[in-house]
Amino acid sequence: MTAQALLAVAVFPFLAVLAMLAHRQKAAPSLVHAGCLGVSLVLGTIGILSVMKGGVDVAVLPVGLPWLKAHFRIDAFSGFFLVIVNLGAVMASLFGISYVRHLTHPARVAVAYPMFLAGMNLALLSDDAFSFLVSWEFMSASSWLLVLADHEEEENRKAAFTYLMMALFGTFCLLGAFGILAQAGGGYDFDALRQAKLNGWQSSLVVLLGLLGAGSKAGLVPLHAWLPLAHPAAPSHVSALMSGVMTKVALYILARILFDFGPTPAWWWGAVIMATGGVTAVVGILYALIQTDLKRLLAYSTVENIGVALIGLGVALAFKGSGLLPYAALALAASLYHMLNHSVMKGLLFLGAGAVLHATHERNIEKLGGLIHRMPITAAAFLVGAAAISALPPLNGFVSEWLILQTLFLGPKVPNWAMKFGSPVVAAMLALSAALAAAAFVRAFGMVFLGRARSQAAETASEPPMGMWAALILLACLCALLGIVPVSATTMLSHIAQSLMGIELSDTIIEGWPWLAPINVTRGSYSGTVLVASVLFLIMVTAIVIKGFGTRNIRRSPAWDCGHKESSPAFQYTASSFAQPLRRVYGSTAFRAKEEVDMPSPAEIRPARLDVRIKDLIWDGLYQPLADGVANLSTRLNRLQTMTVRRHLLMMFLTLLIMLLVAALRRVMP
Amino acid sequence: MDRAMQYDTAHLIGAMVLLFGFQLLYQRRIKSVLTTFAFQAGALSIAAAWQAYIQNSPHLYVTAAIALIFKAFFVPFALNWLIKRLGIHRSVETALGVGPTMIIGVVLVALSIMLVLPVTQGATALTRENLAMAMSVVLLGLLMMITRHNAVTQVVGFMALENGLILAAVGVKGMPLVVEMSVAFSVLVAMILFGIFFFRIRERFDSLDLHYLETVRGDRL
Repeated sequence: MTAQALLAVAVFPFLAVLAMLAHRQKAAPSLVHAGCLGVSLVLGTIGILSVMKGGVDVAVLPVGLPWLKAHFRIDAFSGFFLVIVNLGAVMASLFGISYVRHLTHPARVAVAYPMFLAGMNLALLSDDAFSFLVSWEFMSASSWLLVLADHEEEENRKAAFTYLMMALFGTFCLLGAFGILAQAGGGYDFDALRQAKLNGWQSSLVVLLGLLGAGSKAGLVPLHAWLPLAHPAAPSHVSALMSGVMTKVALYILARILFDFGPTPAWWWGAVIMATGGVTAVVGILYALIQTDLKRLLAYSTVENIGVALIGLGVALAFKGSGLLPYAALALAASLYHMLNHSVMKGLLFLGAGAVLHATHERNIEKLGGLIHRMPITAAAFLVGAAAISALPPLNGFVSEWLILQTLFLGPKVPNWAMKFGSPVVAAMLALSAALAAAAFVRAFGMVFLGRARSQAAETASEPPMGMWAALILLACLCALLGIVPVSATTMLSHIAQSLMGIELSDTIIEGWPWLAPINVTRGSYSGTVLVASVLFLIMVTAIVIKGFGTRNIRRSPAWDCGHKESSPAFQYTASSFAQPLRRVYGSTAFRAKEEVDMPSPAEIRPARLDVRIKDLIWDGLYQPLADGVANLSTRLNRLQTMTVRRHLLMMFLTLLIMLLVAALRRVMP
Repeated sequence: MDRAMQYDTAHLIGAMVLLFGFQLLYQRRIKSVLTTFAFQAGALSIAAAWQAYIQNSPHLYVTAAIALIFKAFFVPFALNWLIKRLGIHRSVETALGVGPTMIIGVVLVALSIMLVLPVTQGATALTRENLAMAMSVVLLGLLMMITRHNAVTQVVGFMALENGLILAAVGVKGMPLVVEMSVAFSVLVAMILFGIFFFRIRERFDSLDLHYLETVRGDRL
């Protein structure tokens, strides 16, 4: 299976070369995307097969470092992530076939896009630290190129630079984690890393570095700064991949480090990760709530969902560290389920935003509105995605967040006060973030699709071509499907949890099809299938009742006019006014939001002004000082560049002396 | 001749090289710097010849000959000639006084002994002492380069450093490519000496003081 997957991945570079050679051909970018669609389909199928089959398939290629070679492997766990990545890739490519033609620089996107897919797939297939890091960097570099596709704009260049810095930082941390593991395990292939025997602080360092390295790619607060900059800058179908899929590759390696490599870290790391996840979720969605750029809003929502998935991983780690394996398997499965769900719904939402962008060339939600009349298919699909990501039953987002919540309620079973008190608090944070997410997406959907058009562009928008809306509909259906038959999904996840925890999930999680009942029925159970069936039944009954006994007189009247006709679309709610109550509640602390009202005196003839100032505390408190520090340091170090010849020699001499002294002192004091 | 005698003689000659290294540090005039360097090169030549004799490795005689002809005679004479010809300032311009330089020199020798002796515990006594002394010579050469302004003294410092390397190389039995190394270094020195360096500075600024070079690079205005 691995060999076939590698063969399929090998097609990507050819596609990239093809795109490069044919960059003058108008049809080339679309063809390349179609090619990517085909290859991703193959890879996704391989992923599904390996999840079904379980087991491990290994391949070694004689490339790379001569003493290491390149190891590749598919097991159920990486197979599952192959499914996530390639599901996203299939949809994004399908969308991209028609979308890429309308970009400013389709050729640039077409070259980097296959390489991006190749990097992500190879990172999942890799079975040694070297090939993993190379593929990981490949993924980062090609996505950086995609962010830069529109590099004529200053903003995009800044975003790409921030992204590059964070990517470097992340890889550096991962390199450190692998280095410690490899030293203890005696080799760089993952099998050696699995056998690594670490002492307490080494293990902690590995977890910390892994968390920083993978977290910076996944969007962990406070390492999320690049996400809302870079994701919107890329073309929409690439944003969908970066947000929905690439972050999952980061979580994949984090899960490997936490559960697969070396000994299990201490339980309190689970508590730390859980708390970090909770903070990430709340902070991410609070930021999303005040954004007016649609894609930026979605990127912040990604931060939230990564936090939710991270809560699951943290709880799983805490359970595993305390020896409660069935619960650990449950929490891990819940987290993986949420990753799958998020990749589907975030793909859907970003592609929907892409469709809106395609139709209106506008990302600012204050300038959209009323699109539901002109783009009904997009609106319906976006609504499904928004409902799913707001965790509304019966869609998929609800199931996984509910499962994670259930595992959090099991947290007090860990014989430790930090978890006993901590997990309910995190549960509250999760619930809060779900509620805020609902508010954020009501706002997003309402501003973009409802009301009246706020600009000329929104007024003249039209439905995108079929390739685009087909992807939207497929993803919306998937959102519904994953929510309606959750037990089928959890059965699939059971194999994966088994490969990492050594315990079958199905014994603990399933109370007979179609009831999803973690632990036991009395604690809580859920069935999307039954829910949907009963809701459909009720709708049918209601419809029959209304048809049969209701009045047939239909009166149409203008909606929301409150007694008088609006003269201008500006009379509607705006995005900022919609967010105002929540901004007042949370914003004064979270963003230091300040409102200033400038009232003209009675005699003056000028409009009143209401200004809101919002500060990004994480940026101002962490990144800005860091950037200033680096700038300061480099200005000082710059003087080294212009030293005299003799001073240069002096520097060399002093360095030599210090090194000799160290060598001498180490002899004296071993 | 017994081993103790061989050892003592090698030690004595090595110490001479080191001593001349120190002497280089407190010379006030360029001419005497060159003379001292010639003596150091001569001592090095004797050291190489002596090693060739006790190690039964005739190729070291070539090293000795190079040291004697090229470094002890040719380079000092050529430099002297250049100085006269170009009318260069005859006194050594120091960046650090002679006294402190000497003290630092002593510290450097102590450091190299402290470092080399424990590191080379497995080796024979001869090699160990020799390495310690060679390393001191290298460090002293480097010290001379950074505490003297004039280009000529810097070149001499570089050559003294190189003398230390050769001393280390000839002292170790079975060290490959010693001759080649000394030839290569000599060529390098020759390049530095007679290459662009001197004439460039001279024709541009009428002085060999590196200050003037720095002004051109924009370091000092």
